[in-house]
Amino acid sequence: MAVISIPAFASVQKNATNTTHKDFDPTPVIMEHIGDSHSWPFVFPLVAEKPIPLPVILYTDKGMEVFSSSKITPEGTVYAGNYYSYKLQEKKIKIVDATGKADEKATVYDFSITRNVVSMFMTITVLLIVFLSVSSTYKKRAGKAPKGLQSFLEPLILFVRDDIAIPNLGIKYVRFMPLLLTIFFFILINNLFGMIPFFPGGFNLTGNIAVTMVLSVIILLVVNLNGNKHYWKHIFMPNPWWLFPIMIPVEIVSIFSKPIALMIRLFANITAGHIVILSLISLIFIFGTLWISPVSIVFVVFMDMIELLVAFLQAYIFTLLSALFIGMAVEEHHHEVI
Amino acid sequence: MELVTPDIGLVFWTTICFVILLFILGKFAWKPILEAVKERENSIETALQRAEAAKDEMARLTNENEALLKQARVERDLILQEARKLKDQIISEAKESANTEGHRMIEMARIEINNQKAIAMADVKNQVASLSLEIAEKILNKQFEDQKKQDELVAQLLKEVKL
Repeated sequence: MAVISIPAFASVQKNATNTTHKDFDPTPVIMEHIGDSHSWPFVFPLVAEKPIPLPVILYTDKGMEVFSSSKITPEGTVYAGNYYSYKLQEKKIKIVDATGKADEKATVYDFSITRNVVSMFMTITVLLIVFLSVSSTYKKRAGKAPKGLQSFLEPLILFVRDDIAIPNLGIKYVRFMPLLLTIFFFILINNLFGMIPFFPGGFNLTGNIAVTMVLSVIILLVVNLNGNKHYWKHIFMPNPWWLFPIMIPVEIVSIFSKPIALMIRLFANITAGHIVILSLISLIFIFGTLWISPVSIVFVVFMDMIELLVAFLQAYIFTLLSALFIGMAVEEHHHEVI
Repeated sequence: MELVTPDIGLVFWTTICFVILLFILGKFAWKPILEAVKERENSIETALQRAEAAKDEMARLTNENEALLKQARVERDLILQEARKLKDQIISEAKESANTEGHRMIEMARIEINNQKAIAMADVKNQVASLSLEIAEKILNKQFEDQKKQDELVAQLLKEVKL
């Protein structure tokens, strides 16, 4: 993420040197990276930063609109579409009225292929290529010792199975293995790619609340659709009966609070890591001197190592807690026994 | 606040992507991979069990062999001992029989010698007798060639005869 930002910093700094050093404000730069955007900031190192336009897909009350994001960049450029005119305002696409001002009342649903969506397509392609090839290796080398990529990934797969799924789900683990493995590797690869500062990384997908929300909603659905009668009895028939008024709302809240905790944890961990690293890089520009860079670099390398740990750790925790919640919903024996 | 507001677009694409990913990987990657791993684990386990069984079998065979060997050794010792006893017995028997035979033969030889001696003695006696007779005859013949001597003898004999 650092290199992506450097030309941005550079341009900001050039502007800043025209006035004073003190004017550098890291917040927009960091927010630009942490958030999503309608174009991919492609970098020719030390030469230029060129945003690659991405398709914008809008759903309005009159129908679909598809156009390139180059039509509405830089921010504020008004593009007249088939049904309305649009412009970017604070990175959100707004419908523009005749006077050129954003119409706050008009709703437009933005299904654009943004930077994060492209990154996701990319990581998913990588996942598919890697695991389908590994799967074919398994078929070819049936019964033999693992080799190459297979021997690198097998410990991870076995880790998910033996240390996450089986202890929490017991004998029913087989049904949930595909979900747990997919979640684990999806989070892991996006965490790791997010750490690469330039193409193919330089995005913040698992640190995006929309992504973590989708993952936790999937867990919410899986948990509650697989909940057996003990699970529901535990929620709606707590012991003793006079606790009903307190316990039932608490249990209902807990149904939702668990996935929400999952969502916030992953989002906050990854976003915080990215913010810390970018802030350390920003120090160079805040101080306006190259002499601070060794300090920044030492700290950034240190943080990168922690982030590497966090990348694995968060993938592990998310999967572990998912397995735990599913396990609590599908376990057979009564809770009173425990 | 913008950070914690999920974008509908990203929610939409993430859902689609994740469900597709889950479907494809679940069908074409996780299932075969987990099955292959399971199969391999099973085969390793059976191989280990078989090895263990083979080890037990080996140990059993070794024990059996050792027992057999021990038994064979004991039997061999027994046979050797018996053979030694038998040998000693045979030797002593042979000695004894040789002794008695020797005695018997010596005895027989002595008897034979005695017999022969007796026969020889008898023979010698006969010869001596006949020789004596011959000598006596010759002497008598010589003596009686001279009449005077005959008379003398008769006279002497007559003198000797006491009535």
